Amino acid sequence: MVAETRIITKFLHERPDDSWTVDAALANGAYDGLRKALGMTPEEIVAEVTTSGLRGRGGAGFGTGQKWSFLPKDVFPRYLAVNGDEGEPSTFKDHMLVERDPHQLIEGVIITSYAIQCHHAFIYLRGEFGLGAERLGQAIAEAYDRGFIGKNILDSGFDLEVVLHRGAGCYIAGDETGLLSSLEGERAMPRIKPPFPAVQGVYAAPTIVNNVETMSTVPHIINRGGEWYASMGVNRSTGTRIFSVSGNVERPGNYEIELGMTFRELIYDLAGGIKDGKGLGFFIPGGASSPWLIEEHLDAPLDMDSVQSELKTMLGSGAIMVFDDTVDPLLIAWRIAKFFAHESCGKCTPCREGSGWLEKVLYRMSHGYGRPEDLDLLLGFGNNLAPGLSWPPGMTTICQLGPSTMSPTVSLRNYWYDEIKERMTRDTEARGEIPVRSGTEPAVRAAL
Amino acid sequence: MEVWPDGRDTGTESTNLMPFTPANLDLARAAIARYPQKKSAVLPLLHLAQDQDGYVTADAIEEIADLLDLTPALVLGTCSFYTMFKRAPVGKLVVSVCTNVSCLVNGGPDLLDHLQRRYAADSDVTVEEVECIAACDLAPVLQVNYEFHGPLTGESAATLVDEYKAGGRVARTISGTKVRSS
Repeated sequence: MVAETRIITKFLHERPDDSWTVDAALANGAYDGLRKALGMTPEEIVAEVTTSGLRGRGGAGFGTGQKWSFLPKDVFPRYLAVNGDEGEPSTFKDHMLVERDPHQLIEGVIITSYAIQCHHAFIYLRGEFGLGAERLGQAIAEAYDRGFIGKNILDSGFDLEVVLHRGAGCYIAGDETGLLSSLEGERAMPRIKPPFPAVQGVYAAPTIVNNVETMSTVPHIINRGGEWYASMGVNRSTGTRIFSVSGNVERPGNYEIELGMTFRELIYDLAGGIKDGKGLGFFIPGGASSPWLIEEHLDAPLDMDSVQSELKTMLGSGAIMVFDDTVDPLLIAWRIAKFFAHESCGKCTPCREGSGWLEKVLYRMSHGYGRPEDLDLLLGFGNNLAPGLSWPPGMTTICQLGPSTMSPTVSLRNYWYDEIKERMTRDTEARGEIPVRSGTEPAVRAAL
Repeated sequence: MEVWPDGRDTGTESTNLMPFTPANLDLARAAIARYPQKKSAVLPLLHLAQDQDGYVTADAIEEIADLLDLTPALVLGTCSFYTMFKRAPVGKLVVSVCTNVSCLVNGGPDLLDHLQRRYAADSDVTVEEVECIAACDLAPVLQVNYEFHGPLTGESAATLVDEYKAGGRVARTISGTKVRSS
């Protein structure tokens, strides 16, 4: 029988009515990890987190301890920016963690700040989280009152200010360099890397950007040890992870599981399978940015590396969207393209122009106005957006948003190429011929 | 009328309004003090201005620029990038309906359509379509002044919005910051 392995979501399930209050959190042992951490040296904490194998839970999956160790030595001040912008469609884990267990997050932030020796931490919270901002703000105030934040924390001599920074409705602020721009009061436009934020981040000072779920995991690693955390999971994907399952499933929700479970177990056993007894059409394994999967991939394990190397997609932000066999893949592809066209920040030309054209062409394709050559047309210019049309994609833009816009279209090609061509031909015949320039001249075709 | 040094009209009207109330000005100064660099306070101050006036007025842009030693153009440039900031008056209730994929397959577009028709002539309620608001387990989901509600049908959503309108439910401010005290 498969089951959840609840570590960071254990307490919030046990105390559904008051898990966000300081009294309930303290009764559950909140800030014990902080006490232990303050008795360690910063280097020991970094080593412990490195041992745990914890990898960033925001999407990129970069080693957390390794990221911390990239800070240039003896360059101060340093900053910590916690990424709670959670904009990847169908991801709703940080939302839950912030609303229902803010003290766990704050504890992780303090421990991390101590480990990287920063005295100013920012929690960038998605603007739409009204209740989340209220509860996290309250929790930060309580932590100040109890001496967990502020000057000379628990008589350790360590000082820390924690600032809650609300976003204002913008997907790209979830990109780590976009977040830094937004934190500096500007449009949330991503910046070219290198320099990486660990070298030049907010205010051009060394900055560590970590996701809310990553931060919420840190206290448990300190409490129970890196070895313990590394003993869970599979291969280089250690520990547990929260997956947000949504779409046409019986029980949509957040499930914290040990990595290595299969997609089938997660979707069918935990989330209850497809709603209304229908069959599975396809599913998206890691947020709107990731290429899609179908029935034959259900028995693959949730392992960040093998999903990338073998399935050519990613676990990304841990958002699994499931669609039944009556859902039109073209409609979903269009809606995701519409999302990216709306959220493209406009800095890089391929993404700014390409995302809009993708949306326009996918709109006509999914609404009965498609043309037989449309899919080739998309793949032709899409090769400039996501060179190689595979995963991980080549980059022609500063951030990952650009190539991600092509993931749905690449998936359409992978699974339904002939079917879509036939459908577009039928649609064209039903409408009567419209004289159009094809857009698939030999030169473009050769590039495919 | 403001003029360039050579006497030409700049085309801007100096209103000499003080957009922030004294209480909010204190909050604004406190917000600025929280950051190592003033410029970081652009977003918090825009939220504050929007909460006070119901939308971000041109005067608020000018005052925020003034408080932060920035140009109004920079503040406006930041403001116009973010969907939560409204630069024209909106209703007292902003109903944000998600139509992204998980809501799409659970009836989000119908919900949006129903509410848009129903409140088309109601100046108190602004219905908008938004991208994924991170509550897909509640699909189809909407927010009323950044408070989550779902899953909903057209009818149950209208009942909910009407409850807010009638005062049976207390709405957050227009930026979703906190519950109104009055």
